[in-house]
Amino acid sequence: MAEKKFNPLPGFGLTMGYTVLYLSALVLIPVAALFLKALQLSWHDFWRLTTDPRALAAYKLTFGASLIAAFVNAVFGTLLAWILVRYDFWGRRFIDALVDFPFALPTAVAGLTLCSLFAGNGWLGRFLVPLGIHGAYTPLAVVIALTFVGLPFVVRTLQPVLENLEQEIEEAAATLGASRWRTFVSILAPTLFPTVVTGFALAFARAVGEYGSVVFVSGNRIYETEIAPYLIVIRLDQYDYHGATAIAAVLMVISFAILILINWLERWASHFQR
Amino acid sequence: MGGTVQSNFKAGRAASRRGTEEPAFVKWTLIAIGLVFALLFLLVPLVNVFYQALEKGVGFYFSSLSEPDSSSAIRLTLIIAAITVPLNVIFGLAAAWAIAKFEFRGKAILITLIDLPFAVSPVVAGLVFVLLFGLQGYFGQWLDDHNIKIIFAAPGIVLATLFITFPFVARELIPVMQATGAEQEQAALTLGASGWQTFWHVTLPSVKWGLLYGVILCNARAMGEFGAVSVVSGKIAGQTQTMPLRVEELFNSSRISEGTAAFAVASLLALLALFTLGVKTWVEWKTRRDHKLAQRAEVIGQSQA
Repeated sequence: MAEKKFNPLPGFGLTMGYTVLYLSALVLIPVAALFLKALQLSWHDFWRLTTDPRALAAYKLTFGASLIAAFVNAVFGTLLAWILVRYDFWGRRFIDALVDFPFALPTAVAGLTLCSLFAGNGWLGRFLVPLGIHGAYTPLAVVIALTFVGLPFVVRTLQPVLENLEQEIEEAAATLGASRWRTFVSILAPTLFPTVVTGFALAFARAVGEYGSVVFVSGNRIYETEIAPYLIVIRLDQYDYHGATAIAAVLMVISFAILILINWLERWASHFQR
Repeated sequence: MGGTVQSNFKAGRAASRRGTEEPAFVKWTLIAIGLVFALLFLLVPLVNVFYQALEKGVGFYFSSLSEPDSSSAIRLTLIIAAITVPLNVIFGLAAAWAIAKFEFRGKAILITLIDLPFAVSPVVAGLVFVLLFGLQGYFGQWLDDHNIKIIFAAPGIVLATLFITFPFVARELIPVMQATGAEQEQAALTLGASGWQTFWHVTLPSVKWGLLYGVILCNARAMGEFGAVSVVSGKIAGQTQTMPLRVEELFNSSRISEGTAAFAVASLLALLALFTLGVKTWVEWKTRRDHKLAQRAEVIGQSQA
């Protein structure tokens, strides 16, 4: 790419101009407006609004539950990707297609169905609630909802990598006398690890911003099951625009950071595949 | 699961001879765990939607869908999707053309910015438009003076939905357009085709499956968006209530029959999700077949040469 090649294709100016215009009008200017609004606050006010106990409790739940959900997804998503790529079993294609279901399903519907499943009289709740496992209107409910919405990310990130993995390396290891477990630990795990981390980060990013499914299942109790995006909505409903903006700015900065991290992770992971 | 052990026995033995497969009990334990997880987290929630929706019978199901507030929510959702999807398709095509066919500085930054709506919480996406166009917002006073309503009205819902669904078409198209390269277009131009002709007859057919999936995904998201829309819509039943917001209102109502009605509206959105998955599977099958045919044609071409 050092020398500039002559490209005879037309339309660069038009399409590039339109892309930048549309992107600016719809995304960049509105996002800039948010930060402009946040900058109108004095540092003292900003700190007070973003660190009041209710907000702190909401961050703790949002990030804590997102971390747990992303971790569950990293474990089970890796397992699912592995069995979908490596094994053949009855219903494999069906499960494979179904993995994208949480991605295609509107979050409100996800919240609705999960809430009814884990409620005391629901299909799963009637077995779990007697055991003391309350999967609705508790912090656990938030984790379950976030696990559901994040499920496709680890599987779909890992699947193409697993498919392109050259089995010859594993064969070579086996020929050299390595046990299957040894091959897994010293060859497969290090190769796949960066991709699993990328999938983890994607699931985490999705979970931190998630709103629809969580408000249905959590019960939204102050200090207990209230997530940060819900607190923004509460502040807006109270016409507290400064409060809403301050918390939104915090979430936005964290989203930016995760997005940059994911980009970096993807490059790191693709490095490992060569 | 016992029956499948038999059928895979041969393949399994061949692989384990090469030392690249786990012992059978490890393999089947992994499959069992994976299936239970998929069953609990994917299949049961899906089946539950339809079961609950039809619990009070087919008659109740259809009457709760045709109830005025629900049917007006369905209509509004269809209108919103009909406006937002074409706009994002045009953007997606333009962005993919510029990014996939040309080299320029700052490309990586542009792609990251296009991804931005994926990372932003839907609630924050709604909030930014309230800050711009709400009564207390930057343009609020001016809009109010000119009697233009954006927030708590349909235009606000359109804007929030555009923001949320903005990356989908572009993200599907960019890799497909990059994979096809620019040689075919350059050949068409050399042979005297105009820019538009090249686009319609060369580029578009080569990316049609990716475009189709992008459109379907964008549509599913546009119809199903909840967080961003709930912030800007004002949730006025019969006026600014989309289907997901209608589901929420019915869910929050204390009457038990409304719970079933919530599932009835939700079941339409679940059907939409299933349709989206169906199209995705079909598109993947198509592209794989096209790819195989192209490879075979290449092999035949080489053997003849």
